[in-house]
Amino acid sequence: MNRKLARRYQLWLVRDRFDKAIRRAEPKGFASVSAEGWALVSGDPTLERIARGDGLALCAAGSWTARFAPVLERMVADAEKLGGTRPSISIDVSQVSKLDTFGAWLIERLRRSLTHGGVEAQIAGLSANYSSLVDEVRRVKAEPIVETDRLTITGMLEQIGRAVAGIGGTLIGLIDMLGAVLTAAAHVLIRPRHFRLTSTIHHLEQVCWRAVPIVVLITFLIGCIISQQGIFHFRKFGADIFVVDMLGVLVLREIGVLLVAIMVAGRSGSAYTAELGSMKMREEIDALRTMGFDPIEVLILPRMLALVLALPILAFLGAMAALYGGGLVAWLYGGVEPEAFLLRLRDAISIDHFIVGLIKAPVMAAVIGIVACVEGLAVQGSAESLGQHTTSSVVKGIFFVIVMDGVFAIFFASIGM
Amino acid sequence: MLGEISDAIIRVRDITVQFGKTRVLDGLNLDVKRGEILGFVGPSGAGKSVLTRTIIGLVPKLSGRIEVFGVDLDAASASERRGVERRWGILFQQGALFSSLTVRQNIQFPVREYLNVSQRLLDEIMVAKLGMVGLRPEVADRYPSELSGGMIKRVALARALALDPELVFLDEPTSGLDPIGAGDFDELVRTLQRTLGLTVFMVTHDLDSLYTACDRIAVLGNGKIIAAGSIADMQASQHPWLRQYFHGKRARAVMG
Repeated sequence: MNRKLARRYQLWLVRDRFDKAIRRAEPKGFASVSAEGWALVSGDPTLERIARGDGLALCAAGSWTARFAPVLERMVADAEKLGGTRPSISIDVSQVSKLDTFGAWLIERLRRSLTHGGVEAQIAGLSANYSSLVDEVRRVKAEPIVETDRLTITGMLEQIGRAVAGIGGTLIGLIDMLGAVLTAAAHVLIRPRHFRLTSTIHHLEQVCWRAVPIVVLITFLIGCIISQQGIFHFRKFGADIFVVDMLGVLVLREIGVLLVAIMVAGRSGSAYTAELGSMKMREEIDALRTMGFDPIEVLILPRMLALVLALPILAFLGAMAALYGGGLVAWLYGGVEPEAFLLRLRDAISIDHFIVGLIKAPVMAAVIGIVACVEGLAVQGSAESLGQHTTSSVVKGIFFVIVMDGVFAIFFASIGM
Repeated sequence: MLGEISDAIIRVRDITVQFGKTRVLDGLNLDVKRGEILGFVGPSGAGKSVLTRTIIGLVPKLSGRIEVFGVDLDAASASERRGVERRWGILFQQGALFSSLTVRQNIQFPVREYLNVSQRLLDEIMVAKLGMVGLRPEVADRYPSELSGGMIKRVALARALALDPELVFLDEPTSGLDPIGAGDFDELVRTLQRTLGLTVFMVTHDLDSLYTACDRIAVLGNGKIIAAGSIADMQASQHPWLRQYFHGKRARAVMG
């Protein structure tokens, strides 16, 4: 039974999509009916001009409804030009078979513009059915509201100014969040009962355990590529074996952790922002606060902790996978035997390289986490805002990871590590 | 109890809807007359919203027949179906306004898609619709997140009415409104029904709405319509749930 239902649902989805495609393909509106053709089909709206003494009667007939709005609008625009040409103009609506808001408004608009032209215009022959509708639209204030977002030079300058000022705001926001997280951490250290172990484990599973396959796969492939490229170019100098040095240093010091941090920023940073952002939109965070909980402690601290624990683990696994991939390619493509590879690797790298790589990992994790949480809490009410902040969470996260990597490179170079 | 109504605008026959192993609607029949306000009640979780969503085609049904404006929605071609969709408007329970569009853009959206009319007419119609639902033109450039709950419902109703539909589905229009706001809303629905000649299908929990706004009431229970008729018929009914609903403490307070 379930399967049958699922099938029906799928069929229905297909039909739905098909319908939408058709809808897009067909031309819009009913404006294609030619002006001469109106009166031929019964029900189509008309507006005839009949002279009555020195005055004029505009006789509306047919259905004045939304369906015919484009046609009606043109007819009314034409008739509006008559304003001021005759001493009196009346609008006779007794032949109108159907009237809705669109028709009623257009008749009202016609009446107003004819009146403004210095002529007294009246609506005649209004049936009792439609009088309340006409009364309703008569209350509409005519002045159209103009949207003001034109592209001007001052507007562009203003945007640049706001963007620059925004950078300062971003930095302050990050420092603010760092402080709040550290305070919450200190609070939890004093009262360990407040620590949310279950939540932390849950997030650890999400950001660490579930990320292992993709992280290992990608770093493995990058290791292969580095090794292949190294062998290909070093071979010209007969220096094939130095590919092991390059691979070891590059992977352990830089690529391993940097690549993994970028992946985590894209994978978990965005998830954090989207989760916190949608909780913010639905006032869940406000609810927590009113119940006397600190959202930083309940929501952000477990996430930060999970990320700070996860990134070194992932960076280590990634480095191993990259070395393995590089070694494999060196063997199969470059003819470097595994024993020779390992021997060379032992000479080429020291424990320092490994430590340098792993020290960076938790710091980068903290940066990614803080950026993601700040962006998540900055989400406003709309779906668009959620999208913007998720994007900027990933972009800023990756940017700060690379900046941190540069800072670390200078630091380690100056202390000779 | 459920006589055939000749000028039914919605005709639902033997509808069955099932989620997994739970049968939500079981051979349900319902007619909605042209020009009436039908109040649709039933215990929470009885499937009132499911029926609404089935009629408008958001929930697939296992079996049965649904005719709206005399068109069988299953047999209808894409263009027939589109014709039907243009003639109804739907107010969702949470408003379902597009959060990234302003009030103005929300109301103009269906009009812009379906009719090729000038921006001036779009703006004027938008102001007219806002006026009809009792909002001032100043709210036009606000985003849904900057509106109160009652205003969201009103804007959503204005959007549902944007194309001057003949039939409007209201899913719990007064839930989340204060009693005065809810009363205003009932009055509004009544006025719009009179001015625009609407047919209204209203899912509601609000006893006040049933008394003040509805012409006829249908009650859903056990996947079927257990009663349909005027408020007096409901009060006279011996069905246990109906007795509790219409003679309970709250009902007495409303009638009091």
